[in-house]
Amino acid sequence: MSRPFDLKGKFYENRLFLNRIAASVLFMLLATAGLVIRLIYLQVMGHEHYTTLSRDNQVKISPLAPSRGLILDRNGEVLADNTATYSLEIIPEQVPDLNATLAELKNLLNLSDEDISRFKAQKSQRKSFESVPLRLELTEEEIARFAVKMPYFPGVEIRTRFMRSYPYGHLTSHVVGYVARINEAELRSLDPAQYRGTYHIGKSGIEKAYESVLHGKTGYEEYETNVQGRAIQVLNTTDPVAGADLYLSLDIRLQKTAFDALGEYDGSVVALDPATGRVLVLVSKPGFDPNPFIHGIRKEDYDILQNAPERPLYDRALRGAYPPGSTIKPFVSLAGLKILDISPARRVLCPGYYRLPNADHKYRDWRKQGHGSVDLKSAITQSCDVFFYDLAHHIGIDQLHDFMQLFGFGERTGIDLVGEKSGLFPSKEWKKKKRKQVWYPGETVIAGIGQGYVQVTPVQLARATAVLASRGRNVEPRVVDTMKAPYEIQNPYPKSGDEFVADLRPEHWRTVIDAMVDVVHSQRGTAKGIAHGLSYTVAGKTGTAQVFTVRQDQEYKNLKITKAMRDHAWFIAFAPAEAPRIAIAVLAENGGHGGSVAAPIARAIMDQYLLENP
Amino acid sequence: MNIDPVLAQLRITPPQHVSPLQKFHIDVPLLAGLGGLCTLAFIILYSSGGQDINVLLRQSARLGLAMAIMIAIAQIHPRHFKFYSPVLYLLGALLLTAVLVMGKISMGAQRWLDLGIIRFQPSELTKLSTPMMIAWYLSGNTSPLRLKQLVLAGVLVLIPTALIAKQPDLGTAVLVASAGSAVVFLAGIPWRYILALAILGGSLLPVGWHFMHGYQRDRVLTFLNPEGDPLGRGYHIIQSKIAIGSGGIYGKGWLHGTQAHLEFLPERSTDFIFAVFAEEFGLVGCLGLLGLYLFVLGRCFYIVVQAQDNYSRLLAGALTVTFFVYVFVNIGMVIGILPVVGVPLPLISYGGTSMVTLLAGFGMLMSVQTHRKLLPNG
Repeated sequence: MSRPFDLKGKFYENRLFLNRIAASVLFMLLATAGLVIRLIYLQVMGHEHYTTLSRDNQVKISPLAPSRGLILDRNGEVLADNTATYSLEIIPEQVPDLNATLAELKNLLNLSDEDISRFKAQKSQRKSFESVPLRLELTEEEIARFAVKMPYFPGVEIRTRFMRSYPYGHLTSHVVGYVARINEAELRSLDPAQYRGTYHIGKSGIEKAYESVLHGKTGYEEYETNVQGRAIQVLNTTDPVAGADLYLSLDIRLQKTAFDALGEYDGSVVALDPATGRVLVLVSKPGFDPNPFIHGIRKEDYDILQNAPERPLYDRALRGAYPPGSTIKPFVSLAGLKILDISPARRVLCPGYYRLPNADHKYRDWRKQGHGSVDLKSAITQSCDVFFYDLAHHIGIDQLHDFMQLFGFGERTGIDLVGEKSGLFPSKEWKKKKRKQVWYPGETVIAGIGQGYVQVTPVQLARATAVLASRGRNVEPRVVDTMKAPYEIQNPYPKSGDEFVADLRPEHWRTVIDAMVDVVHSQRGTAKGIAHGLSYTVAGKTGTAQVFTVRQDQEYKNLKITKAMRDHAWFIAFAPAEAPRIAIAVLAENGGHGGSVAAPIARAIMDQYLLENP
Repeated sequence: MNIDPVLAQLRITPPQHVSPLQKFHIDVPLLAGLGGLCTLAFIILYSSGGQDINVLLRQSARLGLAMAIMIAIAQIHPRHFKFYSPVLYLLGALLLTAVLVMGKISMGAQRWLDLGIIRFQPSELTKLSTPMMIAWYLSGNTSPLRLKQLVLAGVLVLIPTALIAKQPDLGTAVLVASAGSAVVFLAGIPWRYILALAILGGSLLPVGWHFMHGYQRDRVLTFLNPEGDPLGRGYHIIQSKIAIGSGGIYGKGWLHGTQAHLEFLPERSTDFIFAVFAEEFGLVGCLGLLGLYLFVLGRCFYIVVQAQDNYSRLLAGALTVTFFVYVFVNIGMVIGILPVVGVPLPLISYGGTSMVTLLAGFGMLMSVQTHRKLLPNG
């Protein structure tokens, strides 16, 4: 203000100002360059990285569960079905007053407090636009009751879910098995991508063994979501592929016949087609109702099943190891013929007991007075123990063990089911290894009549019978006959080719099979009781397996001991004897005598199978 | 400063061709640049606003009002700006105090003053009144500045800045402070003072850190490493970077930006609109937008250099620098090189208040440009 006309100062001021403007412009350009460099860094260098993040952000994948393959019997009868069940579900965000709605629904459908607390627990874990089940498995009456009031319940809806069901219940509980909720241990070993939409997995039987093909392929729905995860639009859908339908070789009517024929007895029936190994019957009795397991069986109900004395959860056909008793005799005979080359005419005197040389111990025959002089055929027909005590003693345990292995004794049959037990046929080496004891000659003696250490499972004995019926051909039991899938699948249990496992001369087979025919068809046969009215020839062998060892000075009297101590009744058979189409093993636990209890059961099955399929 | 009477004695011959726009004191290149920016704003707002035509209608109503204010201000001679500078400054300071007191009463942050018919943010007024006041104070002095003037100018800047920061509205406080500082800088603060201030500020940083509240420290840490708090404070900036980075060179195309449309990006129509723009138009679009801003700034600097009196050029220069700071702070924050403070992208972000202030500032620039007295050649 004091220098009104200071042009020099003005000039100086102008220059300074212009300098400052230039500095500002420079600063601006540098700053802009900084922005551009950062933009290049983000949009050019970081482009790929941020594009990935952007896709992760917005695209969510939701699984589309495939429908599980059905399990059907050989006639197309459905054994494991997918049935629609209706559940009441709530989308919380669509419900104006959740507590009031729950209270009203509680009155309408008699919901339990448990239902409501479970609903609340599940609701807290999900987003508010996701459906939460309130009540699973609505009855038709409940559906009707709710349907009338539906308009008053916004956000509450009935949803259809497909659930496994087993129409034959007890009858197929062991062979078909059941599905139930996937547990954590299973989750770890599963392909998480394939099981994202699946809540159930096969736990036993075919359901477990064929899980990989029954499950199918999980589909996916890729959808775009906003920041809350709400679906905005579906981008891409990969449809799920249904699992394979399994057609079993099992005949459910035959299965029922076997189940019913067992009557009051617990036990097992296994029937095979000896030519193919197809399993026609696979019964373990008692069974249980598998349906409650699907949703999770209540603890108390499970405890009842678990603690029941007849052990319904126990699969006798595959896991039950029993002494085979006299049913082993045809196989020991073959061993004698093959290994010792004994003559069928060789005779042994049966005085009612057998004594090893230089020993006092008496090995008793089941018939106290003995069978007199017996040859191989009559020893089988009459089931003379002494003959086989003697034969086994002469063959020796190790040679017997190796021979019996050819028929699958002591080994798993390789049936296409899980959890099979191997049974046991002892050897010196086995005893040394497992029991750390030396082998006693007396143990060979009793092994000759299928006692002592010898243990077989019903499926094992059925298979051995089928090998015998097919005169040495390998038989691999298979429950699943064909798999029908909309895509290429791999059979998890491929069959190996036909081969002979036991190479014997034809006359050896003939001798033993003839003797087995006599068991049924001759007057002295132990199973002659079933011969009446037979229109085909049956080759069979009875067995009575001791559960309870009778002391030397005691006598076995059926009526004086409890049922649980009574002998197991066995019967193995195949028919028609000249061209076998069915081989069978029947076990009636604590049934007493094989000929009178087990043989009629086998007859009923063979009758139905052979007469209905001529 | 007393150059005006001298100039007034010279006969001014009016330009031979005066377009109607020039007659209304409108600077055509500046108007064209602003028009270009506003057009881009509509394009991107349509996309970020969920293709809601009502958003555009509301924004054009605001733009219309702001344009009217700009043209009205352009008619006013710069000497009137100068005359009313102290009054406006005092009014701004009083209103800010009033807002703070009322905010105390209503127990919360308050920026608005409800005048019945319109609601008004006093801090917006100070964006203009502060540089006006400093320019008024310093325009009479010859450069370079003396320390006393510098201190007083500093106090004049600090008063509104502190009041606004207390609201708290950090973004506006930064803009007001930079507007005031710009005047001081342009008026000729010696470089040695700038250097001293920089050293002082730098050495005070650790002290400041020591006195910071926990949440303020968190904010700083989040700025330095947004990924450390991906769902909290870092979320904005992470999502914003994803949007920009996934745009790439050419962008995802108009209306095809997924980040914004799927609501991942917060404040996508307001403070973070640049991310939407970058996602849909890519690096090429961003360079275009920056180019347009530089064009506007270039024209502003031209006006500043052409200005005939000290007050006008200080004010015009400060407004220009502030406009750039506006752009830089917003984009810098959205692309993650500056901390997140609430500053909209000028002329592009949705919202009316800042638009009115900005265009009022451009009105002043137009006034400075069009009220020049043309000196005869030679």
